[in-house]
Amino acid sequence: MSFSDSVRHCYQTDLEGIRSTGLFKEERYIHSPQSSDIEVEFPVGSAIRKCISICSNNYLGLSSHPEVIAAAHAGLDARGYGMSSVRFICGTQDIHRELEKRLTEFLGTEDTLLFPSCMDANAGFFEACLNERDVMIADRLVHASIVDGMRLCKAMQDTFKHSDMGHLEEKLKEHQDKRFRLVITDGVFSMDGDTAKLSGIVTLAEKYNAMVFVDDSHATGFIGKTGRGTHEHCGVFGKIDVITTTLGKALGGASGGCVSGRRELVEMCRQRARPYLFSNSVAPVIVAGALKVLELISATTERRDKLEWNARYWRSLLKEAGFDLKEGDTPIVPVMLYDAKLAQGFARDLFDEGVYAVGFFFPVVPKGQARIRTQLSAAHEKHHLDTAIEAFKKVGKKHGILGLGKKDLLAKFAA
Amino acid sequence: MDEITKVVRDYIIREYVPEGEDQEITEATPLITSGLVDSFSMVSLLRFLEKKYAIHIPDAAATPEAFDTVERIVALVRQFQKAEVGSV
Repeated sequence: MSFSDSVRHCYQTDLEGIRSTGLFKEERYIHSPQSSDIEVEFPVGSAIRKCISICSNNYLGLSSHPEVIAAAHAGLDARGYGMSSVRFICGTQDIHRELEKRLTEFLGTEDTLLFPSCMDANAGFFEACLNERDVMIADRLVHASIVDGMRLCKAMQDTFKHSDMGHLEEKLKEHQDKRFRLVITDGVFSMDGDTAKLSGIVTLAEKYNAMVFVDDSHATGFIGKTGRGTHEHCGVFGKIDVITTTLGKALGGASGGCVSGRRELVEMCRQRARPYLFSNSVAPVIVAGALKVLELISATTERRDKLEWNARYWRSLLKEAGFDLKEGDTPIVPVMLYDAKLAQGFARDLFDEGVYAVGFFFPVVPKGQARIRTQLSAAHEKHHLDTAIEAFKKVGKKHGILGLGKKDLLAKFAA
Repeated sequence: MDEITKVVRDYIIREYVPEGEDQEITEATPLITSGLVDSFSMVSLLRFLEKKYAIHIPDAAATPEAFDTVERIVALVRQFQKAEVGSV
């Protein structure tokens, strides 16, 4: 079938629908390396402007670190640009396996398998390891990639209320007739910035004979005293059966992800996980960069300590200014606005003031929960945060929201 | 409000309405299209109905549309209650 006028019209109508509901996403072109100070072209065609970025996942500030760049250059020279093959044909180099071993040590697991992304790790894991005799019980706020992975799996799907241990226990009791029970959660929830109650989850999993799966993408490298992740933070290091995580955020931020955990589960992924079997793994240059990242963050906790300080400082600045925040102690600090249009306008005004932050609203977050998600980085210096808060205050004043709580904000913008 | 409607409505409030929120759920309140119940969480509801009323609702009938309001869910339960009786 050709791409006829009627087909084109159909897609144009759909796109117009996305636009008219205010959900149309537009990219902003960055003309500089990823960092706290970036140069942005937005809207496309407009003059490039310098701004402070407070919305990247560059938690440890390693995306453009000179030692990581040098290691990537060396890796490019030593192992080439691409593999032109999936892993099990001729796409595995010694450094792929070395990185898997380093990740295993860092995460305190039994084995690790690299994937092209954590999205792929989540898409591949469930189908590879569970079947119709099993049940997956997921926190209701898990990341979209987990939801997609669960959809591909024949095991029964169920959910528990966000971080509600009582509800999880009910579900575990209900599913005792299944062969395997797998409790699924994010380590740090990307939209709210709160941390999973992993200690409670592990206790329940032991009581009701269940496995535990944690996507620690927003935690690996900086949550926990030595940055190993949410399991370290919650005192259950070594007790999580499956951790999926990414190289695309704190660990250099390029791309790639992994499944790390019990040896047999990792091996099942090697045998059956389709995103692993049917796509190339991460390129040698990224593997070399990621090895350097692990070396850097294993040698010192300096960067995660700075990030922790930045997050605390930023949170205190926002609170003092009178913004309504989601409680938490991670580098994800959501500024709650509740109203989608306000969130969009607020982000636009911040950009005009030289601060790059993004508004999130339904369907990315529940209806009536619109917000500006701010994310801290070890690459932020105090002056970045002091400058950014002035922009937040100015825009907050413009919209008349400083000092307003949830009820007041809802009332003000419902009118 | 009849017994099935009350049971379904109470279950939805208990299971899906966040604690502390005074969201009203009527027989016509959109559940899935409003985002209150996601398609995964629908499975809990399906299992609950099947156990409570000793019926089997086939996957083909358990569509998001059929689960979008209390009214439709009750109609679905009634439909398969009849089917179970008919199959004896």
